[in-house]
Amino acid sequence: MTERGITCIGCPMGCRLRVTLNGGEVAAVDGATCNRGAVYARQECICPTRMVTSLVRVRGRRAPLSVKTAAPIPKEKMLVCVEEIHRACVEPPVRIGDVVIRNVCGTGVDVVATMDVVTGQDC
Amino acid sequence: MTEVDVLVIGGGPAGLAAAIAAHEEGCRSILLLEREPKLGGILRQCIHPGFGMHVFKEELTGPEYAQRFVQSFHALGLTAQCDTMVISLSSEREVVAVSPQHGLQRFCAKAIVLAMGCRERTRGALRVPGWRPSGIYPAGQAQRFVNLEGLMPGRRVVILGSGDIGLIMARRMTLEGAKVLACVEVMPFSSGLTRNVVQCLDDYGIPLLLSHTAVDIHGRERLEGVTIAQVDEQRRPIPGTERRLECDTLLLSVGLMPENEVSRAAGLTLSPTTGGPVVDDTLQTNVPGIFACGNVLHVHDLVDHVTVESTDAGRQAARFARGQGATSRPAGQMLQVRDGAGARGVAPQSVCAARVTESLPLMFRPTGVFRDADVVVRLGDVVVFRKRFRILTPGEMVRVVVPAEKIKQPVAASELTVEVVS
Repeated sequence: MTERGITCIGCPMGCRLRVTLNGGEVAAVDGATCNRGAVYARQECICPTRMVTSLVRVRGRRAPLSVKTAAPIPKEKMLVCVEEIHRACVEPPVRIGDVVIRNVCGTGVDVVATMDVVTGQDC
Repeated sequence: MTEVDVLVIGGGPAGLAAAIAAHEEGCRSILLLEREPKLGGILRQCIHPGFGMHVFKEELTGPEYAQRFVQSFHALGLTAQCDTMVISLSSEREVVAVSPQHGLQRFCAKAIVLAMGCRERTRGALRVPGWRPSGIYPAGQAQRFVNLEGLMPGRRVVILGSGDIGLIMARRMTLEGAKVLACVEVMPFSSGLTRNVVQCLDDYGIPLLLSHTAVDIHGRERLEGVTIAQVDEQRRPIPGTERRLECDTLLLSVGLMPENEVSRAAGLTLSPTTGGPVVDDTLQTNVPGIFACGNVLHVHDLVDHVTVESTDAGRQAARFARGQGATSRPAGQMLQVRDGAGARGVAPQSVCAARVTESLPLMFRPTGVFRDADVVVRLGDVVVFRKRFRILTPGEMVRVVVPAEKIKQPVAASELTVEVVS
């Protein structure tokens, strides 16, 4: 049995949750003042995920393209995904929702553009 | 002199929503003026997710949220003139603007919507001693450099203040390869959302130093370090707790102020608590035909609330321009809205109960952290509305929607008071 403290992000209460882990399983969650806390604690302890947003270079201009993962990815893959995103370079035009990187770092999730870049000129 | 029915100043989320709403209300002569070369406002640089949960029921990034409104704006055939800076506004609703393309222009409008947003507090407002080297930026300015212009302000970063933009920038700078040493907050609690503390600091092992502040800034040309110290309950640095952090960048996330230079010159009454114009229940300022919404009215935390508020302002402006509706003439006695105990900056500041048709939204910030507290609205001495909240914090604006019949009760009163009772 191990214990872990996490802060619930479900609402501004920010409950301090004490999670008891038995191997890979969540045995108990203490400190939550609503159901969302227990659900969040389980997710966060077993498979924490995050949406990642970053920037991709655009050929011929300094201003970058903003991108996001189309779905949350495992938290431990955030930094390697950002590295892969930084290695990418796109050719304009790009439209919101266009896939910039397929299956980033084997997560099964695509990286998509979150802005339009019509020309290679800055701004 | 160009004449229009509704003139909107500012092309961020507030201005876009106001212009779209004015069109939907039937107005066909609308012009929007925007200082930047593109529409979208500050959302363009907010590339992180978390926008649109209320309005679209999905989580969008800032540019995506903005783009939906820019698209609707263009789809309706609305006109915006970008690269145009409004330099003056008069109480007769005459506007002077300058732009590289058109030079000096004059506009006259039947109704004006102010949607200029807000600006960041700078180092000057903090009175931090020490040298004045380069490398000290408001967090939002750094956000613009990184996200829009592709420039990195520095490599070793300290963040002063724990507002949401500072927290978001802690994560952005880390992901772009910088080392963020600490986020330093003078208050004993973060002024940002819990979610941002967890996902922008905790996720990356960045310490949040509560009850700490910067007491000295080092470096002649370029920032070389910041001395921080713990503070007591009166926010005075405690001698002996100083330590120096070596850094080349200091980002300030210490508050936002509505940007009202042109409003002041037009004779608009500004509220000392919100920093924005005082408005009535139709979001009209003390100058007839001039309306205000979004961060120029009071600084919001959620763009979704800006959209809702600005849609109302745009609609009211269109009605005023058409010369009808209750906007120009209150249909009865005006109630003054007061900040009661625990509430600060309640907007609107006055209400004509007789013309409120469905409900009256009231927004304010709590003065501290309250748990299991009631927001109470009193008409004179009579409690007409009560709503329980599990938690209220100064970092999150409270919005309560009071049904119209509650404020139309036959009570002899001249004031509506909003307070927090715990």
